[in-house]
Amino acid sequence: MSWDIVIGIETHVQLTTQTKIFSGASTSFGMPANENACLVSLAYPGTLPVLNKEAVKKAIKFGLAVNADIAEHSIFARKNYFYPDLPKGYQISQFELPVVSNGFLTIGDNKKIRILRAHLEEDAGKSVHGILNNQTGIDLNRAGTPLLEIVTEPDMNSAQEAIAYAKKLHNLVQWIGVCDGNMQEGSFRCDVNVSVKPSGSEKLGTRREIKNLNSFRNMEQAINFEVNWQIEQLEDGNEIVQSTVLFNPDTGETRAMRSKEEANDYRYFPDPDLLPLKITQEDIDDIRSTLGELPEVSIKRLVEDFKLNDADASIITSNKQTYEFFQSLISEGLDPKITANWIVVNLFAKLNDNELSINESPINKDQFVLLIRRIMDKTISNNAAKKIFDLLWDDPKVEVDQSIESLGLKQVSDSSAILPLVQEVIAHNQAMVEQFKSGKDKAFNALVGQVMKLSKGKANPGQVSELLKDELNKV
Amino acid sequence: MKNLSLKELNLGLASKKFSSVELTKFFLNEIKTFNPKINAFITVDEEKSLQQARDADKRISQDNMNELTGIPIAQKDIFCAQGWKTTCGSKMLDNFYSPYDSKVIELFNQSGAVNLGKTNMDEFAMGSSNETSYYGEVRNPWNLDYVPGGSSGGSAAAVASGMAPAATATDTGGSIRQPASLCGLTGLKPTYGLVSRFGMIAFASSLDQAGPIAKSAEDCALMLKVMAAHDTRDSTSIKQNIPDYLKSLDNPIKGKTIGLPKEFFNDDLNQEVKIVLEQVIDSYQKMGVNFKEISLANSHLSIPVYYVIAPAEASSNLSRYDGVKFGFRAKEFKDLEEMYLKTREQGFGEEVKRRILVGTYVLSAGYYDAYYLKAQKIRRLIADDFKNAFKECDLILAPSCPSTAFKIGDKTEDPVSMYMQDMYTISTNLAGLPAISSPAGFINKMPVGFQLIGNYFDEATILNFTHQYQQITDWHQKTPGADV
Repeated sequence: MSWDIVIGIETHVQLTTQTKIFSGASTSFGMPANENACLVSLAYPGTLPVLNKEAVKKAIKFGLAVNADIAEHSIFARKNYFYPDLPKGYQISQFELPVVSNGFLTIGDNKKIRILRAHLEEDAGKSVHGILNNQTGIDLNRAGTPLLEIVTEPDMNSAQEAIAYAKKLHNLVQWIGVCDGNMQEGSFRCDVNVSVKPSGSEKLGTRREIKNLNSFRNMEQAINFEVNWQIEQLEDGNEIVQSTVLFNPDTGETRAMRSKEEANDYRYFPDPDLLPLKITQEDIDDIRSTLGELPEVSIKRLVEDFKLNDADASIITSNKQTYEFFQSLISEGLDPKITANWIVVNLFAKLNDNELSINESPINKDQFVLLIRRIMDKTISNNAAKKIFDLLWDDPKVEVDQSIESLGLKQVSDSSAILPLVQEVIAHNQAMVEQFKSGKDKAFNALVGQVMKLSKGKANPGQVSELLKDELNKV
Repeated sequence: MKNLSLKELNLGLASKKFSSVELTKFFLNEIKTFNPKINAFITVDEEKSLQQARDADKRISQDNMNELTGIPIAQKDIFCAQGWKTTCGSKMLDNFYSPYDSKVIELFNQSGAVNLGKTNMDEFAMGSSNETSYYGEVRNPWNLDYVPGGSSGGSAAAVASGMAPAATATDTGGSIRQPASLCGLTGLKPTYGLVSRFGMIAFASSLDQAGPIAKSAEDCALMLKVMAAHDTRDSTSIKQNIPDYLKSLDNPIKGKTIGLPKEFFNDDLNQEVKIVLEQVIDSYQKMGVNFKEISLANSHLSIPVYYVIAPAEASSNLSRYDGVKFGFRAKEFKDLEEMYLKTREQGFGEEVKRRILVGTYVLSAGYYDAYYLKAQKIRRLIADDFKNAFKECDLILAPSCPSTAFKIGDKTEDPVSMYMQDMYTISTNLAGLPAISSPAGFINKMPVGFQLIGNYFDEATILNFTHQYQQITDWHQKTPGADV
């Protein structure tokens, strides 16, 4: 029997505001415990929430970026439950009328993932175990941090699609400047709803929700495990019980929470301390004007204006910093294709090996520009450039021109110097010349290789092939 | 200094007849004498009060005074005041010293008033007799066997007994007007949103509103002038030009119209109360005011609607008292859940628990639509009734309470009969309207009041009409012990 996988995702995106969503306390990360816990964060008697307008603006910005409806009138509601890290005994969230609804993102080959809603809410604090003797500590620094919870329809049908959506969303929220995207610090966390059904069946299976996935790798592992587990259960004749599950990265397995942990009736009702949120068309237009170019438009531009291939274009736009870095290089007059190739192949290889983001790259930008310029003006070959790039990575003080000189990497582009080498190779490799003549193209590349070898790699490969072609025609 | 109006106290201070320190000492002494019997105060802190009095005297000597500078005011123990124990009448907050000032306290401090002490109240403002307080019941100064009303019973008893010239109070369903009526005082519940709720411990957020309890409309006008202010820290505080309520007290009322809701003046109305109200109507008619029958067709639904909405909000507002961060925590427990259970079991009184249970029930999945949502819809209908009524009249006259004060212990076993105390006051809280209770006479030697309900932000008219009535009557000047 074959099965369809059905996946929906809820993402908690921490909005980058200076202060909390309902108080003036700072949202800065990594502070000593409770340093950012003001009286509102602590839910002191008599304190009241006051909405941070910046959080609303960021929610609207996101809504516009995913072509969603922005509600003229939305409501904050209280979600009631007891937990020590929830100081008021309720979380202020949105329930019936969220600020954003009916948007979409596209993944892969133009597949639409519908976004049902995105609503504003406050984060909880956290319990700290193992510091105090046999006691649990509470750190309320995070309590009240603004979150946008983004909920999709169950439109994804594989772990790959789920990851593609999550990555796209992760890029978008950073691109438009509403979230720092830091998954380790919990700024971007996904809950993934997974169900399976017999292939082609209309009726959705019972879902289980995998909570709090904070890396794409965990997400992929968790979904794959969960899907296999559900299929096994169904094939064994068992029923899936709707539940919340946790993923254990150490074992790679998902496990259902105790039913007590999830038996909550949240008793939502409109928060009487907050007025309904009114958003005017004027507010929306103002925010739209700050939205800037979205990644999908940027990709198109890279392909159409700069003739990049789709793969390079999508890597360059995989985050805004890379795209801005690329733009800044192009503005120096560099060739877009060579530049894109250097970012995608060489720079990214180094960054990935060292687990660095583009912002953390040690490469001196001016020298990097010069390096590409030296490839463009044929001073050095691509291979020679790689050697210098390695030096640049290790030591930002390295100067490109000096290194070309001292390492003797200057490319020979003088025909009169290359021609004798070509003639020598033809003379000494008659067998290969014969093969080429009989139609074997591979032989040509081998002959180019021989010339390059003879030049100790300094000959301009383009010129070598031209001269070789000419000379072979004469044979 | 006893029984002087706020205006007279102000004049006495300004003319250096007495200093704020002398005045404060006088009232602290009255508290020492009478509070053991009446139990109107939970906290008195002589040194704190006298320090404020000394500061006020300095201001007065520098000619930098306004109407309340140097005058001691009793503060309901629902208002957070920095450095003061702030209990809200509950064991849950018996160890809570507020680290900050509520907006109301801040405004009184700015005006140079002296905080005379924190007054007793029903626990978390839930009650109509001041018998639910963790700090014991408050006694009515007119007869110590009787309740003073609630929840602002401490504030009312403090003023009625002469322990304080005026007091702050809060009104969620009648908690200013009912004790004012039962203690022979003037108590004003302003329009929802006029006085900031910041730092005022929440009972039912959409209904809670602070206001004054004092001896006269004029004193209330003075108090309200200080209390009413826009506050960005309360999202439901409304930006509004605050008129000088004193200036309009003497406006002519001749030719204006008062509405009489036929649903209040029916056979259910206590006959003795009815006679008192007829005399009030007579007084106004003599001043040239017209009366007109109006209808508040949904007013009979006020109590059931209120007892869905208020407990619903309270059940959520009181979730923060969990023993984790501040206030009471049970001594022994084996795990988190037991800590919650025991803390809330031991920290809250019966009435508070009853309302948390009701509120939790009406918000539960499967019941929300039938109770909470329906109550909200009826609430709108109740507000619409008033809106229509005010097309036909300037003010509405109503009873303040179904009767005069009852004996301590009489209604504690029957919560529903206790809830009926607020049958004439609750609809204005649901609509968010301002209303006052003013003394109107006595029944069997116990005071009784009448209520005037105004349109939104029309406190000036309410105070104007009440003041005019108080110019031709002296009920508001009677003090306990007087021959009534």
